[in-house]
Amino acid sequence: MPIDRRGFLETAALALLSQATTPAFARDAHIADGAGRRVGVPAKVQRVLPAGPPAAILLYTAAPDVLIGWTRTPRPDEKAYLLPDAADKPEVGRITGRGNTANLEVVLSHKPDMIIDAGSTTQTYVELADRVQAQTNIPYALLDGKFDAIVATYRTLGQLIDREERCNKLATWCEQTMRTLRSRIDPIAADKRPRVYYARGPRGLETGLAGSINVETIDFLGATNVARGAPGGLAQVSLEQVLVWNPEVIVTLDKAFAESVLNDPAWASVDAVKARRVYLSPRLPFGWVDSPPSVNRMAGLWWLAKLLYPTLFPEDIGALTREFYALFYQVNLSDADVAKIMSG
Amino acid sequence: MTRRISGNVIAVAVLLVGIAVAFGVGRFPVSLADVATALWSRLTGSPSGLSPSVEAVVFNIRGPRVLAALCCGASLAIAGAAFQGLFRNPLVSPDILGASSGAALGAVTAILLSWGIFGIQAAAFVGGLVAVGAVYAVGATIRSGDPILTLVLTGIVMGALLGAGVGLVKVLADPYNQLPAMTFWLLGSLSATTRADLIPLTIPVVIGAGILFALRWRMNVLSLPEEEARALGLPTGVLRLVIVAAATLVTAASVAAAGIIGWVGLIVPHLARFLVGPDFGKLLPTSMLLGGGYLLLIDTLARTMAPIEVPLGILTAVIGTPFFIWLLATARGSWS
Repeated sequence: MPIDRRGFLETAALALLSQATTPAFARDAHIADGAGRRVGVPAKVQRVLPAGPPAAILLYTAAPDVLIGWTRTPRPDEKAYLLPDAADKPEVGRITGRGNTANLEVVLSHKPDMIIDAGSTTQTYVELADRVQAQTNIPYALLDGKFDAIVATYRTLGQLIDREERCNKLATWCEQTMRTLRSRIDPIAADKRPRVYYARGPRGLETGLAGSINVETIDFLGATNVARGAPGGLAQVSLEQVLVWNPEVIVTLDKAFAESVLNDPAWASVDAVKARRVYLSPRLPFGWVDSPPSVNRMAGLWWLAKLLYPTLFPEDIGALTREFYALFYQVNLSDADVAKIMSG
Repeated sequence: MTRRISGNVIAVAVLLVGIAVAFGVGRFPVSLADVATALWSRLTGSPSGLSPSVEAVVFNIRGPRVLAALCCGASLAIAGAAFQGLFRNPLVSPDILGASSGAALGAVTAILLSWGIFGIQAAAFVGGLVAVGAVYAVGATIRSGDPILTLVLTGIVMGALLGAGVGLVKVLADPYNQLPAMTFWLLGSLSATTRADLIPLTIPVVIGAGILFALRWRMNVLSLPEEEARALGLPTGVLRLVIVAAATLVTAASVAAAGIIGWVGLIVPHLARFLVGPDFGKLLPTSMLLGGGYLLLIDTLARTMAPIEVPLGILTAVIGTPFFIWLLATARGSWS
């Protein structure tokens, strides 16, 4: 049953007018999204289509029941850390991002009440959102996917899908985590901060440059990204350059690289390898440092903070992991689960 | 005679200077003197007195990379020269029969399946061989018309099909992990070359280049019109198959090691022809020398220009295009 937009707007306008007398359950007809666009929201949100992987994770944590499906079906090892009903939802593909343009018929076939994207809020994505919204008549909200914006993003999401209480709870957790971490890290002098190399790819020679979304967790923790010299996204570097940078810590996503680098003679002279400070990021059900860049990185903040500043963060990472997974993914972890997650 | 000597003297001199420069520069401060000390100590077994980092750069990072660049450049150039002769066309490059497209599809598929480094390189190598094998098989079954033209056209359409396959795999890839890895691979780079990569690179290259080198005099006959070549008693069909196989072997091996690097196989044979003329007896060795030197120079630029790597495929195109135009303008007479 497609929504009649005009009828809906009239109802919403009436609701607005009556708000003075019945404030408790009334919803605004329009809400500003992460890009400052005014998005009309339906009175009832039961089916929400995520436009990309970060939006899918965000929606799952906020309201798994309204998530229509995944941009990529979770693999069996990932499903173990998600609610079974939500994990089994169908694959809906990516709507936007990376040059894909929306297939509007597919969008309509999922009968969404609303489409949510989380990520870049640049002009390209604003225009894509406007276009899809104009052609389908389905409200399309673009949320800011930047790490620093996560608290605001959750609050906006709560208003958009009418789950303010839950989203505020998640936002508060993120806010407290970020405030706690910042307050302990901020006093550290610049020269006392660890110099970190973020290694991707099977040989660890892809890295995130200054301002890259891939290194936001590292940046947030006040560590010095050794590849910060040039702005940009991901780039390839040579091992010779890594030797020049000589990082104290290596953070990686790639298991094969993490295992081989400690015994690789070519890497042997790097300080991080000498001190065995090479850390493989957990990735179940979603990557903790990056990949995809969404709220999953919030768990990675604690994990990485403890590794970068062991003396400053005495918290038990196992307990924190349980807390994060219980609150955000709504699953209770056993000790074995935690161990499996930590092993990368 | 004088032309041949001077051509090869120039090629060898350029190559030697290139090797010296390549060994002596890089992001990590290791001078040519350090390199010499390290090599001398390795040869004599005496302690070098250098730090382990310096030795690691010489033997594990810069050394293998310099050798791989030489090997890949020589391979692409000799394959390009052989194909240009075989197809009697100066605009042919080693990927004319789909070797690069097949290797690309193999590599991106391996990245999609999260295979390791060895798997990606093996998939690229096999993909290149299978693609050219398929093109040759299809071309050989079509009996009508000029067999060489049929082969080239089959190569072009198969290359387009394989390119579509690469596009499909990229669409299916995880945009946060696999897609960047595929993009980097498709742009070509030697940044991750290690000593272990040299063996799977050099064995096929030595075999393939050895065969081409041995056949260099016969290639002159192949560049004659078909009837004339047959009249000279040469089994042109068999000879063509052997040349395609050998050139494909070297191309696939270098693409597997370095990713997709265009232009080298197209430009270098022209430069070699400019120096020594169209006789394959002289053209092939000169192409190899120049190709090795050329890619070494490009790779030295790629790893020293900036802290990040500049993909080789981009540099070869940026340098190759104006160079090719210059060649067209100045060296037209040296073809045929």
